[in-house]
Amino acid sequence: MKYFLGFVKKEFLHIIRDYRTLMLLFGLPVVMILVFGYVIRNDIIDVNVAILDHSKDEVTMEITNKILSSDFFILRENIDKSADIDKIFRTGKIKEVIIFEAGFAGKLEKYGSAGIQLIADASDPNSASLVINYTQAIIADYVKGINMQMSRPLQIIPMVRMMYNPELKSAFMFVPGTMAIILMLVSAMMTSISIVREKEFGTMETLLVSPLKPIHIILGKVTPYVLLSFVNAVTIILMGYFVFGLPVRGSVILLLAESILFITLALSLGILISTFSRSQQVAMFISAFTLMLPTILLSGFIFPIENMPAILQWISYIVPPRYFIVIIRNIMLKGTDFMHIWKETAVIFGMASFFIVVSAVKFKTRLE
Amino acid sequence: MRTIAFILYKEFLQIFRNRTMLPIIFVVPVVQLIILVHAATMEMKHIELYVVDNDLSETSRKFVSGFSGSPFFILKNAGFSMEEARSAMLENETDAILHIPAGFEKKLYTLNNADIQILIDAINGMKAGLTGAYISAVLSRFNKELLTEKGGTRYISLPVKNVMVDYSYWYNPQLNHKFYMVPGILVILVSMIGLFLTALNIVREKESGTIEQINVTPIRKFHLLAGKLIPFWIIALMDLGIGLALGKIIFHIPIEGSILLLFSFAGIFLMVILGMGLLISTMAGTQQQVMFIVFFFMITFILTSGIFTPEESMPYWTQKVTLLNPFSYFMRVIRMILLKGSGFKEVYKEFAAIFVYGILVLGLAVWRYRKVA
Repeated sequence: MKYFLGFVKKEFLHIIRDYRTLMLLFGLPVVMILVFGYVIRNDIIDVNVAILDHSKDEVTMEITNKILSSDFFILRENIDKSADIDKIFRTGKIKEVIIFEAGFAGKLEKYGSAGIQLIADASDPNSASLVINYTQAIIADYVKGINMQMSRPLQIIPMVRMMYNPELKSAFMFVPGTMAIILMLVSAMMTSISIVREKEFGTMETLLVSPLKPIHIILGKVTPYVLLSFVNAVTIILMGYFVFGLPVRGSVILLLAESILFITLALSLGILISTFSRSQQVAMFISAFTLMLPTILLSGFIFPIENMPAILQWISYIVPPRYFIVIIRNIMLKGTDFMHIWKETAVIFGMASFFIVVSAVKFKTRLE
Repeated sequence: MRTIAFILYKEFLQIFRNRTMLPIIFVVPVVQLIILVHAATMEMKHIELYVVDNDLSETSRKFVSGFSGSPFFILKNAGFSMEEARSAMLENETDAILHIPAGFEKKLYTLNNADIQILIDAINGMKAGLTGAYISAVLSRFNKELLTEKGGTRYISLPVKNVMVDYSYWYNPQLNHKFYMVPGILVILVSMIGLFLTALNIVREKESGTIEQINVTPIRKFHLLAGKLIPFWIIALMDLGIGLALGKIIFHIPIEGSILLLFSFAGIFLMVILGMGLLISTMAGTQQQVMFIVFFFMITFILTSGIFTPEESMPYWTQKVTLLNPFSYFMRVIRMILLKGSGFKEVYKEFAAIFVYGILVLGLAVWRYRKVA
């Protein structure tokens, strides 16, 4: 135990003395949560549209005004012939063209029906379908408005309640995810490097001939980083609360305990990577390539997992942040207790133990 | 010139001798491209609905069956207690709860209107908004059916004004999101390779002390830097080529525009990336620091580039800040060239911007680099 404490103290000194890295360690998460809390949004605002109005009458003006006054759309250009559509899409700014057919108001009055054509630039399909959906909803609303006068019998009135996030704020979705990503990547990268560094410098030999057991070396490497990452986790939760108004509806203690568990998982994954790699460069590339994109894409952070193809849904089961994101969203936004998240917790616990055991076994006590 | 050739030779030897790095440079990006492209879809197809039907009347059953007929909903659970339904939502077992209170049918036919309750899990605001819209679409269809069926002659159908909305998606009519993601992920992978390799290379020589051996040789700074950067420039372009070929073969992405134009843009774009790598390596002392800085830039560039979330959704000031993000230029240009077949005329602004950017960053990096320890 005495040896072990001495080793932990040595690791702490290593980290604290390198003030440049320490600054990055604490500074980056703060900057990142600020940037992402503001930047990552998936709602539609201020989409550039062009309007091709063959009719230019009172009704088309009304519909145009209704669309443009909705905050979702900004009129970039009025065009007057269909041949221009391709040209304005090619320059890249316009996302949607709204076309009113000729004699719009007259047809609507006379036949009770008139046509609008929407053309979206689907080179970004995700936002194209959103843009079309939004425009359709606005037009439908307008139509409902002009038919208002008639009394409709047998109405079913839906009372819709948006649970947990009544204002539909994007930050509610993305801040917990960002927290998982930062903790995962920062912790795994830090530790994956720390062991390999000793190998590269040759100081590993010194450690190996010392009376420390492999498991002690590994735990000793992890312990200081658990504390540092925990500080990061607390900073992020506080910033979520004060900057983005993200509530913590559940138990704070539970939230912190789950964070520590997840940090341990990320760190042990880092250790595992380090036992496999021979140079810092390799360790870094493995953690950057195999962790960064999959963590962003397969964790449910931005894209809902249930919409992915079945194979990817299976792969996502081994992406650790997937479980942590569910846990923090549940505790912070839904205010759930442990009973509703014990499964996710058990998975994280199991993964962490697995990584630690494998790294202790793989950890070579001899140099090649 | 001969000096550069020798350094190039040395660098390439080092790269190709390293058996662990080679697969990481060439194989990992390819695997990622193939797997991750499938992940990034915002399509909402499987909205899980929990039905609490306390009325159990003919009308309520018919109403519920309207949801099972819709392609957007999965009726995953049904029960009679709202308590259980809410608990299912807490456990993420369901996305929305549809509650039909007892006496629904009776109320509908006596009072002419009846309430139903809909609870939507709104943590993902966009998904919640769409869910709401789909539910009201099902509802209004049901309302219409009910009216024609039960109304009969009791309610004379009044003339209804209707606007027919017809829509089409250009450049990607099937809304195949892979066409969008392949170019985007290619940009990320190519930059990741370029940035990490350059930034680490020099710092590694610093850490292991071999930089001093180079410093005491008569090699000039420009020769040294050219020798260091050119291999990574070539490797990154090769990765781009491999990725494009795979995209074409596996995902059938269209290549409408000129490949030459694309590669010349990529070449200039890599000047910015390699310049940044070099700049980072002049400032950092250890590989750990390099990794943190590179990681920070990568993830910021990725998430603000508009690849996963639309650029228009960002607040105005961040849209201005993303003018500094080289990724968003390349993302835009690669999609314009590949999907829309834009020519030089349409992308010359991005060319000019990225060229100036490249000169500035690379110039700054070269100027900051000192051949002393």
